Amino acid sequence: MDIGFITKYVPLYIEAAKLTLRLGVIGILLSLAVGLVCSLALYYRVPVLRRLVSAYIELSRNTPLLVQLFFLYFGLPKVGIRISSEACAIIGLAFLGGSYMAETFRSGLEAIEKSQMESALSVGLTHAQVMRYVIFPQALAISVPGLCANMIFLIKETSVFSVVALPDLMYVAKDLIGLYYKTDEALLMLVIAYLILLLPISILAAVLERRLRYAGFGN
Amino acid sequence: MQDLGIRVLFMGNNFIRLLGGLWITLKISLLAVALSVVLGTLLGVVMTIKHPVIKAITKFYLEFIRIMPQLVLLFLVYFGLTKSFGINLSGQVSAVIVFTLWGTAEMGDLVRGALISIPAHQYESGAALGLTKGQIFLYIVIPQTLRRLIPLAINLTTRMIKTTSLIVMIGVVEVLKVAQQIIEANRYTVPDAALWIYGTIFFLYFLACWPISLLASWLEKRWKN
Repeated sequence: MDIGFITKYVPLYIEAAKLTLRLGVIGILLSLAVGLVCSLALYYRVPVLRRLVSAYIELSRNTPLLVQLFFLYFGLPKVGIRISSEACAIIGLAFLGGSYMAETFRSGLEAIEKSQMESALSVGLTHAQVMRYVIFPQALAISVPGLCANMIFLIKETSVFSVVALPDLMYVAKDLIGLYYKTDEALLMLVIAYLILLLPISILAAVLERRLRYAGFGN
Repeated sequence: MQDLGIRVLFMGNNFIRLLGGLWITLKISLLAVALSVVLGTLLGVVMTIKHPVIKAITKFYLEFIRIMPQLVLLFLVYFGLTKSFGINLSGQVSAVIVFTLWGTAEMGDLVRGALISIPAHQYESGAALGLTKGQIFLYIVIPQTLRRLIPLAINLTTRMIKTTSLIVMIGVVEVLKVAQQIIEANRYTVPDAALWIYGTIFFLYFLACWPISLLASWLEKRWKN
């Protein structure tokens, strides 16, 4: 194990980790937005939109991100749609994550019993108030474990971004292996980098889940 | 330009080659699924044992495998083992090993979850009726566990098929690699082939995974009660 080599190339990994984190966070925020809109379309059974959303969910959940990225990055320019690497990565992540988030939100909304809606309406709340004060808080609490799992999943999925020429962690590791044949060091740093990125989220998720279990009072 | 390269798909045996590439992906993932179901079931049973050392080991294994991106695991086995231990594995063998390790962890957790979800009174009522331990497992615990487990295990299968697409990154010639070869071979005659070829792969993966997903959700609904 070459400690000098490790300390020399740690800055490269930090840069790469920043890129992974930045793209991951943007992608997750977008997929939360997409997921929320899609789950509402399903929840309210909006006539045409609902069909489109279901088709989108099936399509996105049953194809790998790698193939989606290949299509976006290498396929679409052939019809004149040129997207930068970063935009490709973010769109891909949002496309993939949107459907997972939508499913999680939907199952949260559907877990709220009808009696909640009816009793809230019967005490004189408007529909908007019912959603704001009764349905959403409970649905969100139920969805949190799933949402956390999705976030971890999406950050893990960012590891394929090197195929669209983004210098992420995998790219740096592969580069160092190729250039210097320091496989052990490069891989060790890779593992540590991902542990630093993902372990805190995983622990936070476990803590959140435990605390939010109180929200499901009475179930 | 007019046809955007769709004819490349049907030139020679290009389409058959793509299907052949997809078959390699499917073969690796199905082999890994089969191994994971067996090993994962064992792991799940082991994980229900309340022994601190066993708990610590299985927890470490589970957390490490689940927190690492599968691509990192592939790199560790494919590049790491060769360099550190001189074990030279082909891309396909490394892929089977990695996806079995990962699938075993995921399957083990599912089995553990399903086993724990059987309430204690089920065991107790069985015992009160005079069933032996073996009978309780065979007639009470296993049928209920399977109903919870099978839809989840089928979902895991689709996840493993999708994740197996990563093997292109460790040099296995599978569907994406074949696609690149076809596109490169026709670079001058049909420069726009990429759109159709990659679009086709997108739908091939969809066609491979969608029926399995449908089966899982159908079983889940059917066995809900």
